[in-house]
Formats: sequence, structure tokens, C-alpha cells
Amino acid sequence: MRRVLLAIALLALAILPLVAGKFYVDLFAKIMIMAVFAMSLDLLVGVTGLVSLGHAAFFGLASYMVVLAAPDKYAAVSLWTSLPIAIAASALLAFVIGALALRTRGVYFIMVTLAFSQMVYFVFHDTKIAGGSDGAYIYVKPQANVGAWSPFDLGNGTHFYYAMLALLVLTFALLRLLLASRFGHALRGIRSNEQRMRALGFNTYAYKLAAFTVAGAIAGAAGYFAAVQFGVVNPEMASWHQSANVLLMVILGGVGNLLGAVVGAFALVLAQDFFSSLTKHWLLPMGAFVIIAVMLLPGGLIGAWQALRGGRSGHG
Amino acid sequence: MAGIDHGQQRRRIVQALGAASALGALGAAAPAFAQSTKLKVGFMLPYTGTYAALGRAIENGFKLYVNEQGGKLGGREIEYFTVDDESEPAKAADNVNKLIKRDNVDVIVGTVHSGVQMAIVKAARDNNTLLIIPNAGVDEATGPLCAPNIFRVSFSNSQPGLAMGIVAALRGYKTAVTITWKYAAGEQSIGGFKETFEKGGGKVLKELYVPFPNVEFQALLTEIASIKPTCTYAFFAGGGAVKFVKDYAAAGLKDKVPLLGAGFLTDGTLDAQGGAADGLLTTLHYADNLTTPRNTAFRLAYAKAYSSKADVYAVQGYDSAQLLGIGLRAVGGDIGQRPLLIRAMAAAEIDSPRGKITLSPSHNVVQDFYLRKVENGENKSIGLAAKSLADPGRGCTMG
Amino acid sequence: MDLPIFLIQVLNSVQYGLLLFLVASGLTLIFGIMGVVNLAHGSFYMLGAYTAFTLSSLTGNLFTAIALGVVLAVAFGYVLEWVFFSFLYRRDHLQQVLLTYGLILVFEEIRSLTVGDDVHGVSVPASLSASLPLGSTMSYPIYNLFISVACLVVATLLFLLLRKTRLGMMIRAGASNREMVRSLGIDIDFLFRVVFALGVALAAFAGMIAAPASSVYPGMGNQVLIICFVVVVIGGIGSVTGALVAALLIGFIDTFGKVFLPDYSGILVYLLMAVILVWRPEGLFRENAV
Repeated sequence: MRRVLLAIALLALAILPLVAGKFYVDLFAKIMIMAVFAMSLDLLVGVTGLVSLGHAAFFGLASYMVVLAAPDKYAAVSLWTSLPIAIAASALLAFVIGALALRTRGVYFIMVTLAFSQMVYFVFHDTKIAGGSDGAYIYVKPQANVGAWSPFDLGNGTHFYYAMLALLVLTFALLRLLLASRFGHALRGIRSNEQRMRALGFNTYAYKLAAFTVAGAIAGAAGYFAAVQFGVVNPEMASWHQSANVLLMVILGGVGNLLGAVVGAFALVLAQDFFSSLTKHWLLPMGAFVIIAVMLLPGGLIGAWQALRGGRSGHG
Repeated sequence: MAGIDHGQQRRRIVQALGAASALGALGAAAPAFAQSTKLKVGFMLPYTGTYAALGRAIENGFKLYVNEQGGKLGGREIEYFTVDDESEPAKAADNVNKLIKRDNVDVIVGTVHSGVQMAIVKAARDNNTLLIIPNAGVDEATGPLCAPNIFRVSFSNSQPGLAMGIVAALRGYKTAVTITWKYAAGEQSIGGFKETFEKGGGKVLKELYVPFPNVEFQALLTEIASIKPTCTYAFFAGGGAVKFVKDYAAAGLKDKVPLLGAGFLTDGTLDAQGGAADGLLTTLHYADNLTTPRNTAFRLAYAKAYSSKADVYAVQGYDSAQLLGIGLRAVGGDIGQRPLLIRAMAAAEIDSPRGKITLSPSHNVVQDFYLRKVENGENKSIGLAAKSLADPGRGCTMG
Repeated sequence: MDLPIFLIQVLNSVQYGLLLFLVASGLTLIFGIMGVVNLAHGSFYMLGAYTAFTLSSLTGNLFTAIALGVVLAVAFGYVLEWVFFSFLYRRDHLQQVLLTYGLILVFEEIRSLTVGDDVHGVSVPASLSASLPLGSTMSYPIYNLFISVACLVVATLLFLLLRKTRLGMMIRAGASNREMVRSLGIDIDFLFRVVFALGVALAAFAGMIAAPASSVYPGMGNQVLIICFVVVVIGGIGSVTGALVAALLIGFIDTFGKVFLPDYSGILVYLLMAVILVWRPEGLFRENAV
């Protein structure tokens, strides 16, 4: 039953650009980027048990790399070189921050991750590195050319949409593989009882750091494409609001369940779009929605769905 | 094939062409028949935040002109769409996307904040949407990023600064400290002031910046007192301008270090600032007491319609509508006729309450800048600070 | 920088630090005693400021407005705890973060619906509107001195409450061991309600007296919230003394940072937090030193 639903959803996403207007194609492409971002955070929160309130730092850094790695605003860079550079930058930042932050635990870990991401935010907001609080722009999108062959054009809304769909599916598959591996099982073990894992001889610090770095790299991929979509980067992409937003998606969807992160991303952004089109004061129903959802659905939307079907809460 | 009668063919072609041109002439002469749908105007303005009053004034000014024309521009009725940009550059790309792709507007009128404007300019260029800028002075919009479909009826950020720098140097001030919000508009305004002030023999000792839209000035006011310059040049607008002028007076600096500003410091804010603003000198392309019949009529009509005093933002909104009207009249309401529309708008002579204005080749306004002094709750012009100041339009490759 | 200017900047730092302390002390008590991560704490500050604005426009007197406002804040805090927050104790931190985040949105919109979204100024009362000349160029607004004095008075009262009264003793006990307090037969529900109302009142009071000096605007709650968390974490969760030390420390770093290193002043505060947490993961003062 679940597979059938998944197939239907995938099909719906695949045919969307053929039936919906340009605005919705852009919106769903953005949602898929956020879904990738949310999945990367779920690797930390849901799988490893590390609640990070600073995940947007890696998202934001990669976004800025799109602008910073281009020789000038009008230069056409190659997707195949700038994307790896951005991901590598985010991974490196995640490694450094993780190495320091993982020395703390619990609520202090939450706060340290917040502190570091705020530093990243202020570097972009206050210094002359890019455009400060106004943000910065690229006027030519990265080219996907391989030699003379141009497989797709990221400047085309529909091509961009399908590229994001591919990114979503690819990331999901990759993370599923990771979770099914020994590494993934070790992470889950750390979440349920870290002391026992240590007693079993696992270097839990190294495992956590690895997870933190991988999560940062994936968040970087999402951030890169978020910048490319409109050619705009802004310090807010690294702000704590962004971190809180993606955390909300993970919890709304259902912690620990990869599909949950995707569902959460769709649910949150669509809810925002829906409420904001209803009324100027849309934060009120939005806030109420968040409160009710978290109060009534401790397992998130996926948890509620599984409860409805009477099944056990499985792991995505 | 049997012989084709070329003569008959030629006659048919000529007849067809004649009929077509007759219909075309009929269409051009009767816009009401050609366009029965409403023209979609999208406002992207701040309705919340420190610039909310400015956004409202612009919309009011625009609608005032449209209502004076019987609710129509170029024979077309107007349908308004609005998006609150909250003066937040981070949300700007999404917000302008709503107007362009969801609401499919024919023309965008916006905005106030220069950072948000950059995103709008980019989207307008990417989607070839007609854009009229009613305020944001970000230099790039009529500079490196200028485009045929982008027009500005306000000013460019450096202009008021350029004018005030001249005034400050002429008045014999030798040193200055500048203070503003740290974003495009603030930085460009300071840049303009610094350019003419230092050319006139002055020196800017320190440039102070506050993150936008922060209004915690205490530490920096203390710093100004510590540096003891002969004058201070400030750029702030809206709610921030109100607070700054009041804090400056409360810190005792008003009588010790003369405060000079771009006109936004005292435009639309005098009621809230009260006595703290008395005697302040500012430069702007508008003054409340310009005694032209046009300005007097405008201020009266605005006061009657909205029960508040008109300010430069209302004028700019009003002129945005005038510019659009001129363009629409030239194409008989058919906004699809882009080249003709643009030609007409670029060549427009607008009868603005600030005086007659024209546009430069980069589609920015060429206008006089007045030196104003605050007296009795009004920005009174005490002379010209600069005549027919054109924005240099550096980097624009049009025209 | 000469001496008078240095002293004025010290005054500026202390004023900012003390205001932060008022807001953060409530947050640390709520966090420390009830174990609730309350993201909506900044909203209480914002609501306080808007209350001061509305009431002072109605009554024409800032002091009456503040007095009324504090009473309203206590009542509001009491009811809010009863109706909403009491359900949060059993939930884990993650859910508390989200539930209180939702609450922020609700408060923002209620404010928007009732008072609107404009930026407002609140007039300084005439009795305090003079400025004290300090040095040759500058005067220091008396109202800013008043803010510092008011905060000091409230801080002293808070310390007296915590150290010299029975209620204070119960609160401190609850901070170090909740279960023990409950099993001693103390009405823990009432205690929590009182602590919460106290926290709300402190934050709201800070918003009210700061309003004339800092303007009343929609985003003010979020700005103060994040800094308050930094204060609480540096000071040590549940420690009011820690909150005072941390708040003053941040006041100095922020003020002098703005003057000497304007491009980096934002980063400095977080750098401090990161350094302290990596060195002393539980903050400067541990939980028991309330």
C-alpha cells in the first residue's frame, strides 16, 4: 500500500509541470529543495539524536558559494565544478563546527550549534564579503554543459524543476542506503543509548562527527540550488529562523522517518502558501496549525498516518 | 498548371492589406473596443515595518492620480494587486514572483527599500515585466542594471547626498561624520555626500553604520560626540528617521554638531519628531511649500482624499501613475505594444507637483534639488541646492 | 576615546545589560525550574512594549501605563501557564521549541490585529525628558539613567525575593530538584504558575520601560529572544546570578564592539558563547547557584 502511494506521489510530481502554471512549478521546485534540506537534518535529529538549531549555516554557506565562487556577476560557471565546491565548503564547515560542538551535550549542544550558525549569519550580514543585509545576486545561472552537449538549462523553470526532482530522489535513495548500512545502524544505536555503544567499543564521537559532516554536505547541496533558483542569496538563508523552519519540517513530518522529512517540507510550505493567500494575518492560523499539529501528533504526520492504519511506526 | 492571374492576385493582396489597415486604424482610434479587460497593476510596497508609512503614501499618491482621471489610465480600468514586501530583501524574490507569475500583472509599481528593489529589478529583467520604481534609489537600477522596461520617477540614492555635500562645503564645514543604515541606500547616499563634500575641501572623518532596521543609536551618538566633527550627515527614513532625530536632540548634539540630512530624514516625519527637527537642513527634490499651482492643487487634493499631509513619497506615487498614463495614452491602452509604450514613457514630460521633470537616457529623473529647512512643522525650501541634477547613470548601456 | 566618553559608553553598556538581565532572568527561571524551553519569551517583551504604547496613549501618563501593564502581565502570565504551558512539561525539548515557536506566530498576529504593524514611538515622560550634560559635546538623556536605576531596583527586589522569602526558597529548591519539592508536599502547580507569571512580568516590564528609548516595532521580540538565550546559556540555566553576569558581559561587548569593531560586533557575542560553552559546557554558574 505504501509503495503504491509513493508511486502515485512520484507520478504526480513528475507530471506537475505539464498541468500547473509557472508559479506552482517554481513553488514545488522550492519545496523539493527544502525536502532535501529537511532530510539532511533528520539524519541528525531523527537518526542520531542530535538536535541542531544551526543547520542553516551549511545551507547558507553553500548558497553564498554560488556567488563567491563566480569570478564576476555575469560569468557563466560550470555546474559540475561549482556544485562540488559548494558542497565541499559546507562539509568542511560542518566538520569544524561539529568537532567543537560535539564536545557538548543536550540543550547545550543545541545552543552551541545555534551560536556557530549565528556567527556564520553575521559574517554575511555585517561584513563586506557579499552585499550585506541586501544580499547578492548572480545574473547568469551555472551551466550544465559537458563539452558541447547541454543536457538541461537551469534557467528554464521546467528543467530546473526536474533537476530538483532528480536531486530529491537521488538524496532519498542515498540516505536510505546509508541508513541500511552498518554506519546507519551505529547512528541509531547512538541515539537510543550512547553509553552502551561506547561500551561496545564504538568511537561515538567519530560517528557523530561523520553524521554531522554528511548532513552538512547534503544541506549544502540544497543551499546551492536554492541560490540558483532565483539567482539571489541573502544572509537570512543562514539565520536561526531558517534553522527553526527546517526543524519544524522534520518534526511535523515525523522524526526519524526520511519520508517524514519530505512530507513535512511539503506540508509546511504548502500550509504557508495556503494561509498567506487567505489573509494578510496568516501567521495566526499558521501558528495555530503548528501548535495543534505538534500537540495532537507526537509522531508527526507520518506517525498519524501509521496510527490511522494501525501499523507500527517503522523507520524510513 | 493553368496560367495564374498575377494581376488578380495582386489586387486581392492589396485589398486584404487595405482592409487590415482600416481595421487597425479603427482599433487604434477606439481603445474601448480593443481592450475590455482591466489593466493589472501590481504594488510591491512595504505595508509593515519602518517604511510602512512610505508605502502607504506611494499607493495613495498613485490612486489619487488614477481617480482624478476617472479611474482609468489610457482608457483602461485598473485592477490592483498588492504584496507587502516588509522591506525584507530575503523574501523579495518570492514576493515579486507572486506578482509576476501568480497574478500575471502587466506592470509592477515598487518599491521603497533599495535591497528589495534589487530583487525586483532582477525579476523584471528576467521576465521582461514593465517596472516603475516609485522610490528606491538603488544606483544599479538605472546604472549597470538599467533596461528599457525599467523606469524610475523618484531619485537615485547618491543624488540628495551629492547635493548636500555641495551645500556643506559651501557653508564652510570642514569635517563631517556620516551615519546611516548599513544597506545599499545608506551606503550610496553617504557616497554621494562624501564625493562632493571632499571635492569642496571637506573631510569625512568616520562613517558610522547601524544594521537595518535597527534604531539603537546611543552608542554611536556617543561616538559622534567623541569625534567632535563640524557637522553630521545622516540618511534615515520612516520610523528610523523619527527616532534618530529625536535621539540626536536628546543627546544634546543638535546645538553642538549641526545635523544635515538627505530629505528623507524629515519627510513625512515632522509630526512625530516635533521640536527635535526644528531648523534642520536637508536636500531633496521636493519641498512642502513650493508655491506652484500644481503643487498647491496636489496638496489640497491629497489632504482632502486622505486626511494627511502629502510628502515626497506621495508625489512619487502620483508621478508613477502619471508616467504610466502617458505611456498608455500613446498606445491607446494596449500595453502589449511595448516598443511604442517605452518610447512614449522615455520621452515623457511629467507635470509633477515638484516641477516639470523628464527622464534621462537611463530612465532616471532629471530634476532640481532644493535646500530645505524645517520651520513650523514644514520642510520649507530656502533655495536650490543643485539644478537639473541628472543621476550619472554609470554603467548603463542604454541610450 | 577620552574619559567622559568612556564613562558614557560604560553607562550605555550597563543600561543595555540590565535590560537584558530583566528579560533573561525570567527565561532562566522558567527554563531552570520548569524545564521548559520557551521561545515565546521575546514576545512577552514585545507585548510589554506595545502595552506601554497603547496604555500611555490612553492614559497620557507613562508611569500609570507601566503600573497597569505590570498587573496585566502578571495576570496574563498566570492564565497562560494554566491554559497552555502546563501541558508542555511532559513534552520533550524539541516539542516545546516548536509549540512555543507556534505561540510566537500567534502573538505576532494578535498584536498585528489589535494594534497594527506600524513602528511607534513612546514619549518620554516630561519629568524625565531632560538631558544631563556630560563632557563638552554630549548630554546623557536622564531617561536612560532612569532605565538603569529601575532595572537595578527590580533586580535587587528579585534577589531579595529569591534569597529572603519562603517563596524564594521554594523556587530555588524547585530549580535544583523538582521531584523532591513535590514530594515534600509543596503545591508545585501553584509554584510553577507563580514563577511563570513572574517571568512574564519581568520581560513585559523590561519592554515597557525600554519603549521610549528603543521604539516599538514588530520584530523587537525576536531580536531580544536570541540574545536572551545566549545570556541564559552563558550564565548557566536556572542561575539568576549567572544571568546578571552574562547580561552585563554582553552589554559591554555589544556596546564597545559597535564602536571599535562595527563589522564584527554581531559575531563577537556568539563567539563568546561558543568559547564559554566549549570551555565550561554548563555555563559560568551551575544550576544550584540561583
